[in-house]
Order: sequence, then C-alpha cells, then structure tokens
Amino acid sequence: MIPAEFDYVVADSVDDALGKLADGGEDAKLLAGGHSLLPLMKLRLAAPTLLVDLRRLRDLEGIRRNGGVSIGARTTHHAVATGDLGVLSSAAATIADQQVRNRGTIGGSLAHGDPASDLPGVVLALEGTIVAQSAGGATREIPAADFFRDYLETALEPTEILTEVRFDEDPSAWRHGYEKFHRRQEDWPMVAVSALVKLDGDVVADARIGLTHMSGVPLRATAVEEALKGGRLDAGTIKAASDQAAEGTSPPADLNATEDYKRHLARVLCARALRQAARAG
Amino acid sequence: MSVADEPKTTGNGFVGRAMRRKEDPRLITGRGRYVDDLTPQGTLWCAFVRSTEAHARIVSIDKSEAEALPGVHAVYTGEDMEALGILDALPMAWVPPEVEVRNAKHWPLARGEVKFVGDPIAVVIGEGRYAMQDAAESVFVDLEPLPVAIDLEAALRDGAPLVHEELGTNRVHDWTLAGGDVEAAMAEADVVVERRIVNHRTAGAPIETRGVVAEPRGVGMTLTSSTQVPHFVRLFLALLLGESEEKVRVIAPEVGGGFGTKLQVCGEEVLLAAAARKLGRPCKWIETRSENMMVTHHGRDQIDYVKMGAKRDGTVTGVHVKILADMGAYLMLLTPTIPSLGAFVMSGCYAFDAVQTDITGVYTNKCPTDAIRGAGRPEATHMIEVTMDQLAHELGMDRVELRRKNFITEFPAETALGIVYDSGDYHGSLDKLLEHFDVEAFEREKADAAKAGKRLGVGYSTYTEICGLAPSRVTGPQGFGLQTGLWESGMVRVHFTGAVTAYTGCSPHGQGQETTFAQIIADRLGVDPANVEIMHGDTGTGPHGLGTYGSRTTAVGGEAIVRATNKVADKAKRIVAHMLEAAPEDIEVEDGKFSVKGSPGKGMTMAEIAGAAFIPDNLPEDMEPGLEETAFYDPSNFVFPFGAHAAIVEVDPETGRVDVRRYVAVDDCGPAINPTIIDGQVHGGVVHSIGQALYEQVHYDEAGQLVTGTFVDYCLPSAADVPSIETDRTETPSPVNQLGVKGIGEAGTIASTAAITNAVIDALRPEGITFINMPLTPVRVWEALNEARETGSAGEARRDGDRRETT
Repeated sequence: MIPAEFDYVVADSVDDALGKLADGGEDAKLLAGGHSLLPLMKLRLAAPTLLVDLRRLRDLEGIRRNGGVSIGARTTHHAVATGDLGVLSSAAATIADQQVRNRGTIGGSLAHGDPASDLPGVVLALEGTIVAQSAGGATREIPAADFFRDYLETALEPTEILTEVRFDEDPSAWRHGYEKFHRRQEDWPMVAVSALVKLDGDVVADARIGLTHMSGVPLRATAVEEALKGGRLDAGTIKAASDQAAEGTSPPADLNATEDYKRHLARVLCARALRQAARAG
Repeated sequence: MSVADEPKTTGNGFVGRAMRRKEDPRLITGRGRYVDDLTPQGTLWCAFVRSTEAHARIVSIDKSEAEALPGVHAVYTGEDMEALGILDALPMAWVPPEVEVRNAKHWPLARGEVKFVGDPIAVVIGEGRYAMQDAAESVFVDLEPLPVAIDLEAALRDGAPLVHEELGTNRVHDWTLAGGDVEAAMAEADVVVERRIVNHRTAGAPIETRGVVAEPRGVGMTLTSSTQVPHFVRLFLALLLGESEEKVRVIAPEVGGGFGTKLQVCGEEVLLAAAARKLGRPCKWIETRSENMMVTHHGRDQIDYVKMGAKRDGTVTGVHVKILADMGAYLMLLTPTIPSLGAFVMSGCYAFDAVQTDITGVYTNKCPTDAIRGAGRPEATHMIEVTMDQLAHELGMDRVELRRKNFITEFPAETALGIVYDSGDYHGSLDKLLEHFDVEAFEREKADAAKAGKRLGVGYSTYTEICGLAPSRVTGPQGFGLQTGLWESGMVRVHFTGAVTAYTGCSPHGQGQETTFAQIIADRLGVDPANVEIMHGDTGTGPHGLGTYGSRTTAVGGEAIVRATNKVADKAKRIVAHMLEAAPEDIEVEDGKFSVKGSPGKGMTMAEIAGAAFIPDNLPEDMEPGLEETAFYDPSNFVFPFGAHAAIVEVDPETGRVDVRRYVAVDDCGPAINPTIIDGQVHGGVVHSIGQALYEQVHYDEAGQLVTGTFVDYCLPSAADVPSIETDRTETPSPVNQLGVKGIGEAGTIASTAAITNAVIDALRPEGITFINMPLTPVRVWEALNEARETGSAGEARRDGDRRETT
C-alpha cells in the first residue's frame, strides 16, 4: 500500500508530455485518472520512476460529434456514461462506482489494456479507431481489432500518447444490449457481452458481439454474428446464436470462475444482451 | 417501529430513547483521533519484512544494505529478542484443566523458521514511512522452503508435514463438552441426519487497520494502539518487557472497527515498545491493507461433522458434533478457545436431552485464527440451524413446526450441558418474525418467479447465543481455563457543576456506549446525557478493565456503571436528605431532581448537590467531600440473547447468482437502552454474515500462498450489495443484571448465515439440491445445479462423500 519512490511532473501539452515521457526513460509512465496505475503502484506490482500527469491537457477532454463520434482520451467514464453514446454509455455507467467514474478516463482504460475492463470489448465491437500521437504531432490510427495485443499489452508505442477514440458511425445508431456478470456492484466483470444489432424491417442486417474477459484481450463472437445475420431477432434465433458465444475461447480461470463457468456465462449473457437489443427502440 | 422509543417516566427517562449517538459528530466530521493521527516529534517509522513462503527455514538474513541506507536507525530480526529485552514469547491465555494444549513458541519476529505467508522476519526502523518501506526491500532473506500443511483434514493424517516439528504433531488439542448420553440418544432416534458442514475462513476487515505508536517516557512508556483491550496489552507489555505495570500506559484512541481482530496482544505492539525503549525515540507502525489481509488474525475455518437424531414426531433426541478447527500457524491470545465458545450453546434454543461437542484443534501453515465477531457461536448456530432444516426435510415436517416442537419454554433453563439460559421467549420472537411475512403472498411470488425462470426461497434461523463475558468463576483458571478474570469496572465522577465524567474499563470502538452509558447514568442522577462524558480506552485513567468483545460491554460494563452510579446516587440522597431535613429513603430522582417523596417542589438538582459536596460546609457528620464512586462487577451468569431471523433469497438458476431480497431480524437483548444503536448493531452483524454466506472467503492455494490479499479478491460486500434490513424486537429482561440487558453486537452475525443458507437450499430444492455449503458463490451454486441436473439429485454433502444418511 506504500508505492516505491517516484518523480512526478505535470505536462502542459501533448508534445510536452511526450518530451517529459522520453526524458524519463523506460520506466516513465503517463498518468490519467490513475485508477488502474495507482493501485498497482501501491501494491508494488508497478514501480515507475516518473509519472507524467496529463490533467492539464484539456484538449483531450470531451465528446465531439461530426457524423461519427470522436471522444478525447481524457474524457471520464461519467461523461461517456451520460453522453448518449448507446452501448458505450451503457457500459461506462456500470464501471465501478461514481467516484471511480468521475476520475477514470476512456483513454486510460484502453491504454491499460486490462481484459477485465468494460470498455475495450465495447470499443472492439463498435470497430472504433484509436488515435495515437507521437512527437512533432504525427498521429497514427489503430483499428481496435489491432490495438489489444495481450494481457495489459497494446499496440501503443512507449513514444506515443493515446489522444482520442473515433467511431465512424455514432454508437447510438445501434440497437444494443450490455450484460455483465460480477460478484459485487463495483467489481470488474467476470464476463461481459456487448451486443449490437441493426434491423432491416425485422431481419437482422448487421450484428456485432463483443466479449470481455474471455481471453487476455477482448474478442468478437463472430460465430454468433454470422448466425444472427439475415434472420429474425426472435427467441429461437437468439438462443441458437448465443450457444456459440464461447466458441473457440479459452478464458482465464480465477478464484470466482472456472473456464467452463465463464464459457457458460458468455452464452447466457449473450442471449440476455441480444434480448435487450431486441427490446430496444 | 420501535417498541421502546416512548420516554420513560422514571428519572429523566433517557433509557429507552432512540437518541442520536454522542460520538458521531466528531467521527463524521473528521475530528476523531486515530493512531495514525499521532506522530510525536522525532518519530521513527517501522516497516516489516515478511515471509513470502508458507513454511521455510531461514538460512540467512543480510541486513547490511538496509542498515547502510540513509535514515535507517535499526534493523532487528528474531536473533535480537534478548538484545531488545523481550523476555518471552507472545501470550496464549488458555490453560484448560486436564487438557493438553500444545503451544509452540511464537515470537514477535520469526526465529529459525517461518510458518506462514506474512510471518514477520525483520523490522526496519528509521525516518520516514515511505523510506522505510523501500528500505525493507533491501533486507535480503534466504528462505529454504519446507513442506507445507495447508488442508485442515490432510494436516492430521500420518506423515503430514509438521508445522512445528518439535511438537511431533499438528494436533493442537482435543476438548469435549458433553451432557446427556448421545450414544443412547442416537440409538433411540427414528431418524439420524448427518452432515459435513464447512464453515470457511473469513477476515475481520475493519476499515481501520491495526497501528501502534510507542513512546518512551524516560522512565516507562506510552503505547497507543488500535486495540479492543488496552489493559491486556499493558499487562503483557509489562510482563514481556520486564517493566513495572504502572510505568506502562496503553491508550486505545478512536478505533475504526475491531470485530475481534483487535482482541489480541500483537507481536508488533511488543516489538515497537521494545524498540522505542532501546532507541529512545517514538516508534510508529501503521499496518497496510495488504498486511491486514495477510497477518491480522482470521476467523472461523472449521469442518463440522454434525449428527442429529430425532423421533418421528420431531422430538430431537440428541446432537453430536465433531469439530476440526484450523488454528493456523500459531496460537494467539485466544486461538484454541474460539470453537469452544460455540460448544456452550450447541443446544441452540432447544430442549435437547443429549449434546456433545468434540473439538480438535489443528496447526496449518496459514495465518492464525482467533476471535472474529461471534467467535465460535456463529459456527454453532450455523450447524444447528442448517441441520434442523435438513432434519425437517427428512421427517417431512414443516421447518418452523420442528423448531417450535423442540423450543425450550421454561426459564431459567438448564441445558443438558449444565448451562443455565437466563431468560427467553423463543415462541414470542418467532411469532413476531412471522408477523412480517405474508406466507401466502410469498408462495404466489415464488410461483411467479419460477415462471420467470428464477427460484425464490425462504430460510429461518432461531438462535440463542451466550455472551456477557463473563462470570470469572466459570471462565477462569479453575473452570474453563482462561488465565484472567472477566469482570468489569465503572467509575462515576460528578464535577463541581453537576456535570459527570464516567470511566468504563471496557473499550468501546463503534458500539455506541458513550451514548448508552450516558443514558444509563443520566436517568439515575437526574442529569442530561449531553453532560455525561464516558471515558474509555486509557489505562492511565480510571480503574482496570477487561475491554470490549464478546458482546459484554453493556451487559457487564453497563452493570458496573449502574452500580457505581447507584453509589453516587445513594450519597447524593444522603446529602439531599441532610439538607432538606428528610429521610434518605424518602428521596427519589424525578424530572431531573432529587426530590422528597410526596413534595415534588422540595428537591435539589445534581448541580446543587455537587456544590454541597464540593464546598463541604454542611455535609452529614463523617461524610467525605466530593461525589465519586467506583464499582467492580463480576456477573453471576452469562446472558443469552435470542431471536428469530428470516431471509428471502432469489437464485438465478442460469448463473447461480444469489440475491437477498428481504432480510428480517427479530432480536431480543432485553429492554432496549437505545433502539437506534441496537438496530445499527443488528444491521452490521447481519451484513457481516451475508458477507460470509455469499461473498467472503480467505483462500490459500496448495502452496499456502494467500490468494485473497486485496479487496479485489476478498469479496467484502459493499452497501450496494446488501438489502435493506428489517428489524424488530421483543424485550425479555435478563435476571442477571439490573438493566435486564443482554449483548447485541454479535447476535446478527450469529443468526444469519444459517438463515441465508437455508433460504438458498429452500430455493434450490425444486432443482434437486438438498444441501450446499457456504460460501454460496455463483460458481459454486452453478456447479451444484449442474450436478443435480446430471445425477437427478445432488448436493455438496454427497459430493464430499462424508454423509451417511440413516432414516
């Protein structure tokens, strides 16, 4: 509960932050909301020598709608939860508790790459794009499908800052359901499923299913998506499609869940999320 | 509802009122003063180097690098006990007559071997908390791992690795409490139910972790510690450090929850006191949350083999319980006594003719266990109440009727164990509980829920417990074997102005006695409780006391306060009688005045009486000036709170998730002094057990590594996870003390795991589940459901393979 010694600086701009990060060497870390990094430091599972605080980077805050949606990396979970962003808002509203949602940020959560976090699986299902900036203002756009590499490992380079998350289409365009299973209200999901559906009349025109905590990275349940497309969103189809939700997964077991149980939860939650989507507007 | 919030007519009528707690303004505005608020000039901080292995030989400790770091004043290890003047190992206070308790030496720092993950190996002392935590990482310890004993049952098998080689066994002790002939009882039974009930390991998890500040005073020392038992700590500091007792002062400031974990004499307390003495500087240690989860004693951790016999008509003939109790790696202050506390009430609320409890304590390479809220009685109630439900099912009898059939109805009641229940009304509390339920409406809800794919169940727990520790003749060296008395003291001091300061030997830390004791005193002295200050938790003020635990503070400490107050009131009456020329026996306390009976206008206020006592120019002949009295009280018997609880749960058969939809608690702790505080204690107690039943478990892996070292893994429920708890009361006075009161701090915890477990089993019977052990986590319930679906009938009992049901 007592972190190792570290230095702390506050950056004034993205370039300033990148400069300070580079000066700090390989053990320097960026600090956003701090709700993942600080507990790791207190447990001495992480011991950065320098923290570069991004709190003055107002440019990275806020949600901009421009046909699609662009969300600044420092936008808090609370702002996302109340931003009318469809499944993204639904998922953000379930993160931990209000105090955490007031501090935690979407960019911090994605950059941390924790497969148990709520947002990575949702951003994956929405086929979001993660924008990374490096020194001199150069930016790189990384599709969510390429962003999450492994447990706590992303495609971000140590010389980059995640600045925004873009969606070509407003997430609220999708019918959606978000179902997560956790033991306590504020816990990370043991498993979560986000279901996105577009109907053409009563036929499923498009469907996307994101799985959280079924692997070291968020996953798409493509078998379910294919099973849904072109059919009606009725109880039978939902059941049959959801039965394939855990296909090909080997989820990490822990104290609260065996692999089998997690696969079972994925199927149950998938059906529930799809039923939510079917009921929605 | 509140049966007792009408003002009383005697005295000032404060007893019985739902007054707001006097201690709350300072606590909720951040003005409480806890150990960590104290950092005397020149304080040195302490950080511990702890074992990363469950069992290992200490090959070497290299402290040279740490010692050379700036700010480090000293690094001590187990080799430094003599140099620090620590004369003996840590205390264990139980010497039961004619029972051998194999007690391994337990030093504040490990010597030779470490016995569990977290066992302290070295302490680094110096300037700055953060710097010392870093410095502790520069102490290099070479540990040679040894085989571990982790599983409670495996630890008893021949050839199991020994936790303490020198003892030659992991068996700590065997202790039996029996009354009646259980063999005969089983023989005459038509039905015998046997269950293997696991009561898993839990943590106390107080919001304030432990903490110590030791200050040398030139001669003697002051130790401020987050403790429930300052006088015990002082006594053992004096004994272990060779200090004269009066030179050692122990202060328990505000204590942010104890739940039994601070009913302890801790190695850290002894070590810091010794180090402060040696270094001549204040030494401070604030336990981190990680340390608290790892090394502050755990609780429960039993496997209970329960055998209950009954006649076809539901008359229980007897109960035979065999308890395997996990003691962990060392015996701490009360470790081996804890399961025995449950044995005293193994009869529950019932007129069982034969009851026997056989306890075997077992060493394992895990954190020691000791008292956690309820301490032995939650385990006893759980096994009896769960087995009663199992028996009812075997007999095809209604669960409530089976209980009623066996209730004790005449009081005082001597049980088969020779324990005398002071008072009770078990039908009364059950009747009141059932008033809160519309059984038909519940059945309809249950049917509707089933249509929606959910399972509803209701579970009952009718309990009695033993508290008000304790009559010293029963619990002391000649009786149960505790090497202490368990009486209590009270000292009441009236000031010049009639304001009052009272001292209790108890050490309340959240139970609200600053308010309840003020109410008690106010009524008897005709003063306002706002002007009655209750002092506690400081061995430098007031008389010796035994602390706060075992739901004893009001039943024992409160009675001591009553007796001291009565002495003050008697003296006041003599002063008033003298001054108003009346007989002392004609003086009564009414409406804030000591008045002459029949002449309500003729009287004196406490301010006037105190004035007369403080300027003694007109006192009765031979009367001493001042107005201050002390009383000591050793109770003649325990007290036995009781009640009836019910839980309604909803189980999602798809996921195994259990939600508590309603929880109703009807408790009887005698006449309520402050109904709000009682409700608060019940709420906290019930939440503690909802935690154990559904969420919490301390878990070690096969190598003895603690898996639940943070609140991420140790699943303490939050306010968002527990239902609104409905409370009600009956009030049956105890004849044991003048207030008629019984303890209430643990009752909720003692009653409720069984209610929840029984509710879950009730919900799952349609799915073929007949029995399941706690914790009722989603994955465990789901696995039981799968087993039931696969085999047609199911339950943990069968899977565990230890049940031989004979019907």
